[in-house]
Amino acid sequence: MFRFVLRRLGAGVVLVAVLSTLTFLLLYLSGGNIARRILGQQATEDTVLQKKHELGLDRPLLTRFGDWVSHAAHGNLGDSWFTGQPVSDAISSRLAVTLSLVIGATVVSAVVAVVLGVVAATRRGWADRLVQFLSVLGFAIPGFLVAIGLVTLFAIKIHLFKPTGYVQFGESPTQWLSSIALPVIALSVGGIAGVAAQIRGSLLDALRQDYVRTLRSRGLSERRVVYKHALRNAAGPALSVLAIQFVGLLGGAVIVEQIFAIPGLGQVAVGATGQGDIPLVMGLVLAIAVIVVVVNLAVDLLQGWLNPKVRVS
Amino acid sequence: MTAVPLPPEAVPGVSAVEHAGVFRRLLKDPTGVVSLAFLVLTVLAGVFAPVLAPHDPDKASAADILAKPGGRYLLGADGSGHDILSRLLYAIRPTLEGAVLAVLVAAAIGVTAGLISGYYGRWFAGAASWVASLLMALPGIVVLLAARAVIGPSLFGAMTIFGILIAPAFYRVVHAAVSGVRQELYVDAARVSGLSDARIISRHILTVVRAPAIILAANLAGIAIAIEAGLDFLGLGDLSRPTWGGMLNDAFTNIYSAPLQLLWPSLAIGLTCMALALLGNALRDELERSGTPKRRRRAKRAPATVSVQREPVITHDEIAGSAGEELLLVRELAVGYDQPNGSVQTVVEDVSLTVRRGEVHGLIGESGSGKTQTAFAIMRLLPPGGRIVAGDINFAGVDLARGSEKEMTRLRGARIAYVPQEPMSNLDPSFTIGHQLTEPIRVSLGVGRAEARARALQLLERVGIPDPPRTFAAYPHQISGGMAQRVLIAGAVSCNPDLLIADEPTTALDVTVQAEVLDLLRDLQAEFQMGVLLVTHNFGVVADLCDRVSVMRAGRIVETGPVRSVFADPRHPYTKSLFDAIPEDSQPRGPLLTKETP
Repeated sequence: MFRFVLRRLGAGVVLVAVLSTLTFLLLYLSGGNIARRILGQQATEDTVLQKKHELGLDRPLLTRFGDWVSHAAHGNLGDSWFTGQPVSDAISSRLAVTLSLVIGATVVSAVVAVVLGVVAATRRGWADRLVQFLSVLGFAIPGFLVAIGLVTLFAIKIHLFKPTGYVQFGESPTQWLSSIALPVIALSVGGIAGVAAQIRGSLLDALRQDYVRTLRSRGLSERRVVYKHALRNAAGPALSVLAIQFVGLLGGAVIVEQIFAIPGLGQVAVGATGQGDIPLVMGLVLAIAVIVVVVNLAVDLLQGWLNPKVRVS
Repeated sequence: MTAVPLPPEAVPGVSAVEHAGVFRRLLKDPTGVVSLAFLVLTVLAGVFAPVLAPHDPDKASAADILAKPGGRYLLGADGSGHDILSRLLYAIRPTLEGAVLAVLVAAAIGVTAGLISGYYGRWFAGAASWVASLLMALPGIVVLLAARAVIGPSLFGAMTIFGILIAPAFYRVVHAAVSGVRQELYVDAARVSGLSDARIISRHILTVVRAPAIILAANLAGIAIAIEAGLDFLGLGDLSRPTWGGMLNDAFTNIYSAPLQLLWPSLAIGLTCMALALLGNALRDELERSGTPKRRRRAKRAPATVSVQREPVITHDEIAGSAGEELLLVRELAVGYDQPNGSVQTVVEDVSLTVRRGEVHGLIGESGSGKTQTAFAIMRLLPPGGRIVAGDINFAGVDLARGSEKEMTRLRGARIAYVPQEPMSNLDPSFTIGHQLTEPIRVSLGVGRAEARARALQLLERVGIPDPPRTFAAYPHQISGGMAQRVLIAGAVSCNPDLLIADEPTTALDVTVQAEVLDLLRDLQAEFQMGVLLVTHNFGVVADLCDRVSVMRAGRIVETGPVRSVFADPRHPYTKSLFDAIPEDSQPRGPLLTKETP
């Protein structure tokens, strides 16, 4: 078990390293006069050269990369070129916002998808066809269209929610909930669709297994058979889909944050990539990669808990 | 847009058979036709946009800012005074070109890598799947944002990168299909007959991956369009020409003054994505439909009995002294399966049998004769679609054929128990043996955890498990088939049932283990004074264990009576033929005659 975790962690570190290296090289090799872009067209050649020196752009690429790695290892991701704010501050202050959206959407997806998947698999008939149809649609319709639809309907036509803005949890938990409700719903649609289809499929598979008949023959109620035994066996594949959804949600959050004017990582990402704020982009890529690695590790551990065969071997 | 990876279940299990005519049949599926028609129209509209568009899409007219639909502008004019309809039409081409580019890049990389790793395997497969999982672990849009910082706002650049990001989807499908097909005999045959690898790949392997790859392409094209629109909506795309995402952005800034304008680009994006997804889905359905008849369920293979001539059951006389309390009385039972066309296929008909307390009743017949169906019907555990069509099942005063599901749940386990045929597949792989034993005990007998545990351990010991606490804590995959069958028998008798239904309890076991399990069943039957309905196809087992036997054939009982009478005097030709088929009854064969033998 310990070795399993260690190996997955190792793989995660490799992923983060490969990704940071690639991003770093691509960002700097892409050329362009970064100092000029920061200072604007009016700046003199001298000030541009000075800025270059200030940013360390006149040093060899490998040296810069080595510096970035050693600083990053000590938790120092540098400062934003445009605002001067430390990158780690810029990210950590917004990380909680994005994570509350993404985690909220994951929880909502999981709960709703289990309900829909179970209904589809156990009721069959029209309920099943409806769930299948909805999951194809839910998967196909881009989340931002859902978000725009929700804003138009619930914030502009009927004033149930505020169209934009984010309230800190510490400020007012109820307003926090209200401020993330629409974005979370918008983000969840795709996840619900994907996970519900998976749960339906693997639950149907599980219910076809011989052991389900035997469990029924032992006098267990239908509820126990479905929710405890079949669902437990169907949970593995669904969890994998949910993990993939989580990664997708990090991307989806970028657009949804823009629509609801929520100050999360997505806003930073759009700003930083538009300006070419390399330290900030590096920090973002690193943060996302670490989140992805942590989530995948958590999913692997959960899979082990769900499936005893994985656990033992 | 939420996720780069392919939608779940988007790709069916690839069967080795090429489904010719799938696309022709697609035209009979309404969803397929509608989505295909929509996509064709969209493509045409995009190609002929310069002809169709009523206005120059880039000509802004300050006087017409946010003009209402109708009049000069069919769908109105946007926040800068552009004609919305014209812009929508002109945006089709780059949108579709971008999506096609992404899919082509993904297919080129993914299919090639999948073919190589599936066909040749080895180190390439390992490396490729590592890269694939690396790419799949990335949030696509974040990578595209980072890439934009490098390559600038280029649609085709972004879509090329996106194509690389989604290539793993193709890779996985092709790799799985090819490594499946590679093991097929006809590929071996082709190799042996001297075909080159290239010929084999193009003749036998590409045909297999074609259909799933097309379905995947449809789904991925939808995702690519969503991503394109998302980037444009964020203002990160090419701003010099009209795009659906850009129009959405423009409309979004005017959401208070002209909310209707959001509708047009939303419809364009939403409908195109939906059409692609539904097309993929319809294709998958068609493929699955053409694949299903091959894997029909065992139960349904039982021949229809309608054609079998109704004949009287040969009943042997009772032997005096054998009459115990009648536990189970089945009268004229018929079991049928609902067919898709509304008819009912009967697999068991007119079955009557009696099981007395303390008696073992053997139900014997060939595979598909309906004996297992009869057993499932008594427990009311028929597979989906199956139901009791006629007859009564009387168990201790309760009519099982008509009892409520709640009543059945109460009887099962506590009074009617079941021992299945295949031990390993009848234990829930996710729970320990101990859990699977104690759960029914606690539910049926209403005892506490500790008491249930003590009883389970005692039962494991009783059925001859050498180290009960260890097996109690083990998972099903950690024990042998013989042990698993003992566990299942322990589970069956755990609540002191009156009736035990054993469905070929020894068929899946080694010969030596078979004898032990039969001994165990006999001992337990005597110990608990159970009535047993033993389903088997083995006359040896019947002779060994049963007091009474019913011979089933084609869904009916043809002969029944005390074992001794039936064995002494089999009357039905089918029963006789079964006896003739037993090797023990025939003369031992002499040594093989060779030339040397005098």
